[in-house]
Amino acid sequence: MDNVSSHGTTAHGHVHEHPHEHAHEELGWWRKYVFSVDHKVIGIQYAITGLLFLLFGFCLMMIMRWQLAYPGRPIPLIGQWLGQARAPMGIMLPEFYNQLGAMHGTIMVFMGVVPLAVGGFGNFVLPLQIGAPDMAFPKINMASYWAYFLGGVTMLLSFFQRGGAAQSGWTSYPPLADIADGQTVWLIGMVFLITSSLLGSINFIVTTVQLRAKGLSWMRLPFFVWAQFVTSFLLLLAFPPLEAAAVLQLMDRLVGTSFFLPSGLVISGKPLAVAGGGNPVLWQHLFWFLAHPEVYVLILPAMGIVSEIIANNTRKPLWGYTAMVYSVVFIGFMSFVVWAHHMFMTGMGTTMSAFFQTTTMIISIPSVVILTALLLSLWGASIRFTTPMLFALAFLPMFGIGGLTGLPLGLAPSDIHLHDTYYVIGHFHYVVAPGTIFGLFAGVYYWFPKATGRKMNDLLGTLHFWTSFLCINLVFMPMFIEGLAGMNRRMYDGGMQYKYNASVLHWNVVQGYAAWGLGLAQIFFIVNFFMSIKWGKAVDRNPWEATTLEWSAPSPPGHGNFLTEPIVYRGPYEYSVPGAARDFSPQFEPEKA
Amino acid sequence: MNIPYTVEIRPDTGLANGKLGIWLFLASEVMLFGALFSTYIILRNGAAEWPHGELSVPLGAINTVILISSSVTMVMAWASLKLNDWAKHRLYLIATFVLAALFLVNKYFEYSDHLAKGEGPWHSTFLAIYFTLTGLHGLHIVGGMIVMAYFIGPGAKLWKANADQFANRIEYTGLYWHFVDLVWIFLFPVLYLL
Amino acid sequence: MHSDHGDVHASVRKYFMIGAALLIFTGITVAANLMHLAIPLAITVALAIAITKASMVAAVFMHLSDEKKWIYGALLLTVIFFFVLMSVPSFTNMDVIGTHEPAIGGGEHPAGH
Repeated sequence: MDNVSSHGTTAHGHVHEHPHEHAHEELGWWRKYVFSVDHKVIGIQYAITGLLFLLFGFCLMMIMRWQLAYPGRPIPLIGQWLGQARAPMGIMLPEFYNQLGAMHGTIMVFMGVVPLAVGGFGNFVLPLQIGAPDMAFPKINMASYWAYFLGGVTMLLSFFQRGGAAQSGWTSYPPLADIADGQTVWLIGMVFLITSSLLGSINFIVTTVQLRAKGLSWMRLPFFVWAQFVTSFLLLLAFPPLEAAAVLQLMDRLVGTSFFLPSGLVISGKPLAVAGGGNPVLWQHLFWFLAHPEVYVLILPAMGIVSEIIANNTRKPLWGYTAMVYSVVFIGFMSFVVWAHHMFMTGMGTTMSAFFQTTTMIISIPSVVILTALLLSLWGASIRFTTPMLFALAFLPMFGIGGLTGLPLGLAPSDIHLHDTYYVIGHFHYVVAPGTIFGLFAGVYYWFPKATGRKMNDLLGTLHFWTSFLCINLVFMPMFIEGLAGMNRRMYDGGMQYKYNASVLHWNVVQGYAAWGLGLAQIFFIVNFFMSIKWGKAVDRNPWEATTLEWSAPSPPGHGNFLTEPIVYRGPYEYSVPGAARDFSPQFEPEKA
Repeated sequence: MNIPYTVEIRPDTGLANGKLGIWLFLASEVMLFGALFSTYIILRNGAAEWPHGELSVPLGAINTVILISSSVTMVMAWASLKLNDWAKHRLYLIATFVLAALFLVNKYFEYSDHLAKGEGPWHSTFLAIYFTLTGLHGLHIVGGMIVMAYFIGPGAKLWKANADQFANRIEYTGLYWHFVDLVWIFLFPVLYLL
Repeated sequence: MHSDHGDVHASVRKYFMIGAALLIFTGITVAANLMHLAIPLAITVALAIAITKASMVAAVFMHLSDEKKWIYGALLLTVIFFFVLMSVPSFTNMDVIGTHEPAIGGGEHPAGH
């Protein structure tokens, strides 16, 4: 990747007007690759860091899966190194299971998926797709990455505290989270991560509004840009309440306040020596006010990526682009008024319960519109089964399953049975694992040639896809069965202690094997990724014969991105235009005389 | 490399990048303080009794006057730049900084008064939300002072290099500062009077 | 923009007038407090005055009265969500919206529900 800052003439640079600018281009190694303000470098930093955290979070889950499949059996190989506080004689302590659970969720959501989907893909692709030389605020962009990095390091280091890492779920409900070990460092880590998010979202919004190329009107934007734009508003407006809540929980833990501690709380037989008067459900409101829009932050970028790839590999415009745009904006808005469907069991009255059930049902409509539009886009298409397209196609039914299984959770009567069971875990993993993460894999395969000038290997890609697809369904589909039987989540013994789980316990073993298969399947990806950087097939700037602006820049683009100022002449998905010479008419190509 | 519309205005949106950026930041701050106000409402609704008269209304009122005055001086610091009056700009910006410091001095007296009596945030939910709301607000004052100090000090050079960009930055600082004033306009009656 | 000298001079006058108005309203709100009104009325009066003061700061000092659509749009969205965050969590404590029964949760009530 050593031609990221080339000395080419750039449209927005001043090559001959300011001679000293040329000297600026010679940045030292640290300024070029580590403390870079170039959105492409920052995007790659986010992506690689995010992928590493995804891998780490996956490993945490693997250790959990062992315990769930064989409760009380010493953990093989690594059990001996975990130490007395975590796994004496290699047997996992419940406290350690809880740490693994809380940190798996935290790391996957806040340090894995969102940084990759938004920080990685958003940073790298967005300015290119709108014809901008960089983000509106490059230095703030760099700051946002390092805030993320610091937050990530803080979270990792939290495992080494006395008392261990956070262990009250990623949801950190008080009263437990107010008094449990490990939570303080988690809260500090969250403050860093939230800061990173806020800086990034401001950048994305200003960039999209202000730096679109000439001719790039709003309804000519690639759907990926719309998805990132809405996502940024969600991050901007929904994260601050969690930041406030984190401050309040820190105050409860460090200063002795009782924001979330009710009067008369007794812990292990002793009344807690605090003023009381607090409200544990207050935390839930503030947390879910963020965490519900957060799940749309998790899915929308992947929908954006999948949309780009489907248009490109069907050689047709997306069906219902306008409806998709209105739907994604509507989803963004509605996502702020559904949060208490995570709180149906907190004792709210039937009126508010009905309110949240209604808004939740309403928000499913635009999601279905988007999914339907993508499915209809396949009708009559000339489908090219490239590696990105395999993952993008699989996204559709996987997101479908994830979305549909959300419906009984969004209706209070059925939620009574399903809340806090494995059904919930199955639901959200379907959306985020074979859903979003497949979309992100698709994106890596799709934009790898733009970032490196080389394609990833197709055979390895196909192997990666099919093995992952098989194993991931074997991991998560049984969760619906377990959940319907009533198996609770967050049980360190896999539910063994409850008789009603007896008929479904064997699924834990199946899921264990499947998880291993899924892990091994990623080897195809990891090998492919690193091999292709050096030895992948070299390609020109538009190997996928795509229509959007990023494909007019060199691969990889130099500092400032475009050699001539990009001008947009048409919509984003002008494929198979009747009468055109080729089956694609790029946005950036003028009409031939 | 030149990022377009850093200083000049993009025709179809009518905005420079920083203007939109600072307003978006303020939007996020509205939600941040909003969460704390929401906390106040929920905790007060759930309380059997809510303290009155624990805070010094005169001190709070004086601080309100100080902050409002600082908003006037801040906007004048920007307006002076638009009128090309560097001396006036310096005067007003420094005045804003001094008023901010005065606000913090008052807050120090208020806090130490309570803490001396053992009435910290742990004492009651009222004091908890009082210290948290005013504490976070105070941190924002400190942040504003740091930015002002920068533009009084090393940052002032930008006026010679790029007057328009400097004026813009003072305007954005002003927007942030007015927001801090705005939050206090609500904090004062909610905490001290109601 | 405000680059016209005449414009800015007129604005300067406005700034000082609004500043004075804000100080007056501060006095009013403190005086209203001394009147010891019933709680619901006190809250209404205090918030009404605060909103008036805030609007003046926003419209004049922050130039919001002649700002652009994007700013208004972002702020409108924010204000909507702000009100949702203010009101909805409390509604979930009040079982009885739409019925005639007295409140079980919410209102003056022993802490910790």
